[in-house]
Amino acid sequence: MIPEDLSYSDQNEWIRAEGNVGTVGITDHAQDALGDVTFVELPVTGAELAKGQEACAIESTKAAVSVYAPVSGKVVEANAELEDDPGLVNSSPYGDGWIYKIELSAPAELTSLMDAAQYGDFLATEGEH
Amino acid sequence: MPFIANTKAQREQMLAAIGSESVEELFADIPPDLQCGELNVPRGLTEQEVRTRIAALADRNSGGLVSFLGGGFYDHFIPAALDAIVSRSEFYTAYTPYQPEISQGTLQAIYEYQSAICRLTDMEVANASLYDGGTAVYEAIMMALRITGRRKVVVDETVSPIYRKMVRSYTSNLGIALVETPAAEGLPDRDAVAEQIDGDTAAVIVQNPNFFGCIDDVTDLAELVHQRGGLLVVSCYPISLGLLKPPGQMGADIVVGEGQSLGMPLSFGGPYLGLMASRLKYVRKMPGRIAGRTVDARGRKGFVLTLQAREQHIRRERATSNICTNEGLCALRALVYLSLLGKEGLVELARICAAKADYLRGRLLAVPGVTMRFGHRSHLNEFVVNLPMAADKVIRGLFGRGLAAGFPLVRYFPEMNNCLLVAVTEQRTKEDMDFLAHSLEVILCG
Amino acid sequence: MRLIFDKSVPGRRGVRNAGGDAEGKVSIPQHLLRERPAELPELSELDLVRHFTELSRRNFGVDTGFYPLGSCTMKYNPKVAEHIAQYPGFADLHPLIPQFPGGEMMVQGALAVLKEMDRLLSEICGMAAFTMQPLAGAHGELTGAMIIAAYHRSRGNQKTTILIPDSAHGTNPASAAIAGYDVKAVASDANGAMDMAALRAVVDDGVAGMMLTCPNTLGLFNPRIKQIADLIHSVDGLMYYDGANLNALLARCRPGDLGFDIVHLNLHKTFATPHGGGGPGAGPVGVVERLVDFLPASVVRERPDGSYYLDYDRPKSIGYVAPFYGNFAIILRAYAYILMLGREGLLRASANALLNANYVLARLKDHYDLPYNRRCMHECVFSASRQAAGGVRAFHIAKALIDRGIHPMTIYFPLTVPEAMMIEPTETESKETLDAFVDAMIEIADLARDDPEQVVGCPRTTPVGQLDETLAARKPDLVSLPAVEGQDGR
Repeated sequence: MIPEDLSYSDQNEWIRAEGNVGTVGITDHAQDALGDVTFVELPVTGAELAKGQEACAIESTKAAVSVYAPVSGKVVEANAELEDDPGLVNSSPYGDGWIYKIELSAPAELTSLMDAAQYGDFLATEGEH
Repeated sequence: MPFIANTKAQREQMLAAIGSESVEELFADIPPDLQCGELNVPRGLTEQEVRTRIAALADRNSGGLVSFLGGGFYDHFIPAALDAIVSRSEFYTAYTPYQPEISQGTLQAIYEYQSAICRLTDMEVANASLYDGGTAVYEAIMMALRITGRRKVVVDETVSPIYRKMVRSYTSNLGIALVETPAAEGLPDRDAVAEQIDGDTAAVIVQNPNFFGCIDDVTDLAELVHQRGGLLVVSCYPISLGLLKPPGQMGADIVVGEGQSLGMPLSFGGPYLGLMASRLKYVRKMPGRIAGRTVDARGRKGFVLTLQAREQHIRRERATSNICTNEGLCALRALVYLSLLGKEGLVELARICAAKADYLRGRLLAVPGVTMRFGHRSHLNEFVVNLPMAADKVIRGLFGRGLAAGFPLVRYFPEMNNCLLVAVTEQRTKEDMDFLAHSLEVILCG
Repeated sequence: MRLIFDKSVPGRRGVRNAGGDAEGKVSIPQHLLRERPAELPELSELDLVRHFTELSRRNFGVDTGFYPLGSCTMKYNPKVAEHIAQYPGFADLHPLIPQFPGGEMMVQGALAVLKEMDRLLSEICGMAAFTMQPLAGAHGELTGAMIIAAYHRSRGNQKTTILIPDSAHGTNPASAAIAGYDVKAVASDANGAMDMAALRAVVDDGVAGMMLTCPNTLGLFNPRIKQIADLIHSVDGLMYYDGANLNALLARCRPGDLGFDIVHLNLHKTFATPHGGGGPGAGPVGVVERLVDFLPASVVRERPDGSYYLDYDRPKSIGYVAPFYGNFAIILRAYAYILMLGREGLLRASANALLNANYVLARLKDHYDLPYNRRCMHECVFSASRQAAGGVRAFHIAKALIDRGIHPMTIYFPLTVPEAMMIEPTETESKETLDAFVDAMIEIADLARDDPEQVVGCPRTTPVGQLDETLAARKPDLVSLPAVEGQDGR
């Protein structure tokens, strides 16, 4: 089930925008492909990110992937819970497993992201490659 | 045919199963014009011929030299039990322990080795080995750059010149500012180091005992570099840690070293053993393999390679290092060596080496014209003497008497033309040392 | 099994030190000394030997059983090589001896070994000269990347990128990145070879070179290898050969003849030196004539009178990648191996390597998916996709082999094949061993279809079962420290 109220990037991040601040995490599809998350290298609060720039990294027992910024802005908070319990990314990717919050510098960029239906199609076609 | 089991009849059965007429056919994908003709390599020898040929080559090396050579690589005694243990084929013919269920021997040994190194250096975590002490210094530099995000590294002149050459070779095109600070009377010049430490300094690298054999307390250097947010890297000689204050108690953030003295034969340059240990908080930036303890589904304790996300097979171009094969069997040797000597044995060994060095120093200084360089510094088992003439001339004369008297420093320090670096281990007897002193006197005065 | 530290009894000693009659005083000031000795084990020699003997029995080696590990060439380690490596004439040699004038005359035998290996490996690979300095395969790759960089600097070229195939081993991009290059992966085509159109699209003036193994990691020889070399050379790029798969080509085909400019070898693969549970290895690097000046210092040269010396006067050299001349004792073992095989033995090695791999392929291809249905070279790649559809993945198949006394094959590599299982039998295995392996694989395939539960919970016969690697990475327990003032090893 892909949550309807979120926007999605083609790097498998989701973002929930509330006012000028967006909460970012990785999708259920991404966490499943990663396997058990063992460590999240959280972004530094205050970091300025451009859309598509690498924000932080996630490690599992068999992989290490980058998490990017789906939109431009400044990191205002990172999820400190993930330091002690990185498995939250697996168990609750859209909830307690959120990774960071970003203050949007160009809110118009949200329109270039996919909605739930488009992301579903994106995953379906990606599977064919 | 050595090491090939299949008979002609079996090869024919196998070709039939494959559906090929001949083994040649299996190479058909290689265009004929790319296949080479007969190699200009001699025909195969029998095992007996191989042994005879290689024994003859071994005889062309000067065996039996009474050696006072050091420079980071020492002639320590290797107990027979060590070789017996390490020559068990389950250890030396084993692959990397990626399948933990059938590699618990290797993995537990790595965990115990990591633990032994931490106990020795008083650090919090260690890896399963790097290639040697020189690449370990380089890897420590890369680790410090990753941790701090800075681009400047300060390396003291008293760090092995061989390692400094290696570091320069590796880093010359990486956009790193590598600064070497001069020594002051055999130890790092505090003022010179302080001058170089700034907000872009990732690390200061020192060695203890240093290349001249001088012992230092680098706690003040740790404070200097920590004040500006940088790290202290200390390269150590593990046998010395039987007696000397370990780098972990002097504020070191990363400790490296050459583990050859822990049960590796000198073997003309390798294989050796790169040690690396650090504070726990830096472990995810550490290169190399690391073993960890965990449990299986039934709660039984076992060991695995862990934190593999740092490594090349997962992170590829973003890995902490490209290291894959390291020095696994040498790490096992080091663990066995430290265990055979044990807690008291290592203390005693360091003391024996220091006492013998003291004796030799006394005998050498009694030779007319010979003085001590850096005599006001403390030494363990290695020191520098000043000769009244060029050291490499003296060396040649002493070779003729079956003595490798030490290392002429002019090789790496052009202004130290008359200086000889002399090392003493527990293997040198009183007779050896008396003979060196006597022979030196004959060469210098005769 | 308990840790060695937990078996310690205070006051126990293993060996007695030599030199206990030392005269002289130890007068090091207190502030330079440690306050307490390091808490190292305290066991008798017997208890220690038993501890390590028990550990060894929880291990598996080539001498124990079969390793079908693709890309690792786990061939038999000849015992004659172990024997000669112990000769005191080599084992006791200090590496600093030849570093002062006249010193080289004391180590002529050792220098002869290095020079001979340079000649032999150059002949085997079609190169002009070899350095023995690199201490492992990945170290050889880094050395090669540094030579590539030095070459381009000497030509005033502005090069930023190294190309690798998408099926490359992880050390390739890691090594290129460490040498300061960006890495671009080139896709494979439907036949598993490099996609020529994809390659042409990325070859431009910024390309410093390409790192390739041949045959590739799928065990397939690319007949267009010379075209690839020509393309890279056309932008003054260099072709780098990753020697991990040389066992397929020994004495049959030389990387130099295929257009490669730089080669690294893995002595602990192709040349039968032991894996040691993770090293030591050796990764000598060979180059063509125009790159010889860049090789690491020093080089062994021969004087007119036949004596050898070390030449350090090499202004274009990339410098030192190792403290001395390489992992000499490993080089010595490989030398014994080459002497023993000779040119005809090297030829039989590659021939039997291909025979064994193709035999396994022929017997297994009805039971597992074969991504590329053609002959292989020295290794073959299967996919466990068919079994994975029913819940039995390559991981489970690998673990099931353990219960049958066989080390798992390489799994999940190359990355381009889903549920990949890479099998390299090597030439030293007998038909009976291969048949036993194939029978085990067929049995597992049948169970995967009929009774997957039997496969999924393996191994069941080992001292520990599948270990919790997630826990190991989330809550690392990496060291056992003495319980002093609250320290508890975490």
